[in-house]
Amino acid sequence: MTDTPETPATVGGPDGKNPRAGDYWRKNLQYLGILLAVWFAVSYGAGILFVEQLNRIRIPGTGFPLGFWFAQQGSIYAFMVLIFVYVFLMNRLDQEFDVDEGGE
Amino acid sequence: MTVQAWTFVLVGLSFALYIGVAIATRANSTKEFYVAGSGVSPLANGMATAADWMSAASFISMAGLIAFRGYDGSVYLMGWTGGYVLLALLLAPYLRKFGAYTVPDFVGDRYYSQTARIVAVVCAIFVSFTYVAGQMRGVGIVFGRFLEVPVEIGVVIGMGIVFFYAVLGGMKGITYTQVAQYCVLIFAYLVPAIFLSLMITGNAIPQFGLGGVDLESGTFLLDRLNGLHEELGFAAYTSGTKSTIDVFFITAALMVGTAGLPHVIIRFYTVPKVRDARISVGWALMFIALLYTAAPAVAVFARTNLLNTVSEQPYAEMPEWFTKWESTGLISFEDRNGDGLIQFVGPDARDATGASIANELTIDQDIMVLANPEIAGLPNWVIGLVAAGGLAAALSTAAGLLLVVSAAISHDLLKRGIKKDISERGELIAARVSAGVAVVIAGYLGINPPGFVAEVVAFAFGLAAASFFPAIILGIFSKRMNREGAILGMISGITLTAGYIVYFKFINPAANTAEYWWFGISPEGIGTLGMLVNLAVALTVSRFTPPPPEEIVHMVNRIRVPRGAGAAHEISA
Repeated sequence: MTDTPETPATVGGPDGKNPRAGDYWRKNLQYLGILLAVWFAVSYGAGILFVEQLNRIRIPGTGFPLGFWFAQQGSIYAFMVLIFVYVFLMNRLDQEFDVDEGGE
Repeated sequence: MTVQAWTFVLVGLSFALYIGVAIATRANSTKEFYVAGSGVSPLANGMATAADWMSAASFISMAGLIAFRGYDGSVYLMGWTGGYVLLALLLAPYLRKFGAYTVPDFVGDRYYSQTARIVAVVCAIFVSFTYVAGQMRGVGIVFGRFLEVPVEIGVVIGMGIVFFYAVLGGMKGITYTQVAQYCVLIFAYLVPAIFLSLMITGNAIPQFGLGGVDLESGTFLLDRLNGLHEELGFAAYTSGTKSTIDVFFITAALMVGTAGLPHVIIRFYTVPKVRDARISVGWALMFIALLYTAAPAVAVFARTNLLNTVSEQPYAEMPEWFTKWESTGLISFEDRNGDGLIQFVGPDARDATGASIANELTIDQDIMVLANPEIAGLPNWVIGLVAAGGLAAALSTAAGLLLVVSAAISHDLLKRGIKKDISERGELIAARVSAGVAVVIAGYLGINPPGFVAEVVAFAFGLAAASFFPAIILGIFSKRMNREGAILGMISGITLTAGYIVYFKFINPAANTAEYWWFGISPEGIGTLGMLVNLAVALTVSRFTPPPPEEIVHMVNRIRVPRGAGAAHEISA
């Protein structure tokens, strides 16, 4: 099996000059920027840089200091959510720009 | 039934399962051998990735590391999961669209250069072998302790199993065996964790038990453990002793290293579509997180149980597990003050008069997970189950790594390198032969482990972080990135990282303290700096050298959109 031939409508086609290609890519980069900012905040931010300040706070009803919780539990949950949000956003974006793989 | 009998039965059953799966899923073409024909469902691929990724280090060592380091152990938890976010957002969908068989394939084609391909092949082989040696070591420990057979025989049995399904089944066989192995290992990890959580906190979910109340003392478990630590002169469990910058750099090196490890990346070539690759990373992380969020709970349970069992107790009355591990040399006791009691204390321990107390007990952190069920007095079948789970973790990772080595040789070196006219059948034979040879070398390393396996693993992550990751990211996100920039970037990243690690670990280990480290970054974290240097060099050099040819720019444009992924194929370069 080889590549399906790209139709002229395909974003970022062989000439790379399709004006919509730029929009698709920019939107993608925008999503990446936001999601990676959250990724950084929950792990490097809450779990490392500000861990001591956050450890003064306790999650109510539990024995978890907040910073410690982010470092050993919360960041991992957040990572999962981030990936599933990304999948949702990108699948929607692919359809919007008609570059999804629906019929293949 | 005794522990040993249960272990034989459960390990035997799990091995029979793997062999059965392997026979049912034999590979018939190179495409099936390298990427399972790109026909794996995203959910199955996620599960296989989880087993592929979670090695003996995750299953056997990690909770022990955390138990002994407390907060500082967080670097492994965040580092080995956060990389999946990078994989999902920055790598997997684009590499799937590119649709090659191996990581060097991408590097070689994107940078239109055999030199880049060879650099990538060498890194892939080195990273994979160092890793495999560690897995085979894990296999040896489990066999030696639970089945009480010599380590050599244990490794040979493990090799035989891996040989059978990796050589016969290739990626296709490995994938479906890994699905079975994931089920075995997660069950084996969670059953004792749930038991322990119920016993200690009364909560059946270990992740919640960790933040729960200790039934014995009526205070929060973490507070109780911090109290015990203070009493015994250890640093508080919930705050660390490493410097913030070092924790930062180690976490980053592990994250980026994870996203750059070839045996993980290659898994996303096996699904049919780009959207499958994206969701597949999500499933993989979910399956991994089941174990990774339970690990810190297991660590706290183990630590509390251990302190309660041994601290200030008579040596002569230690239970059977203690003496059995003692005979493997992984626990050692020296009665320094001659009182017959075990003083297991930290560096700050003081008695009532303020004189310091000497520690008398040394415990290898690698035994915590394996010894945990015995320390807690869980039923014998649980102990046998943990042994089977440890083997599943080690074997699944070993198989994935061996496939990378085999593909690097038969595909990247022969087919795309020195013998381009090799037939499909010839390539398949070459792939099987190199997988076979790789298994034998890995087994040799398992029986005669270089004394520095742990050090070498830091190497593997550092090198993956400093070489592959920037080269692939730039290849996708910068159309201007060219051959010269990528190659010089990879070489400078690797040289810096390898040089730093070799200096502190092998040439001058005496100087391996924060005082002499650059900016307080330990060798474990230097891969992050190597990656930054790689990026800086690559971006600078590419500005002063000719841009990549037009067809490469078109290729990058094609990679960036999902439509037209089709099956994995050869890009006609």
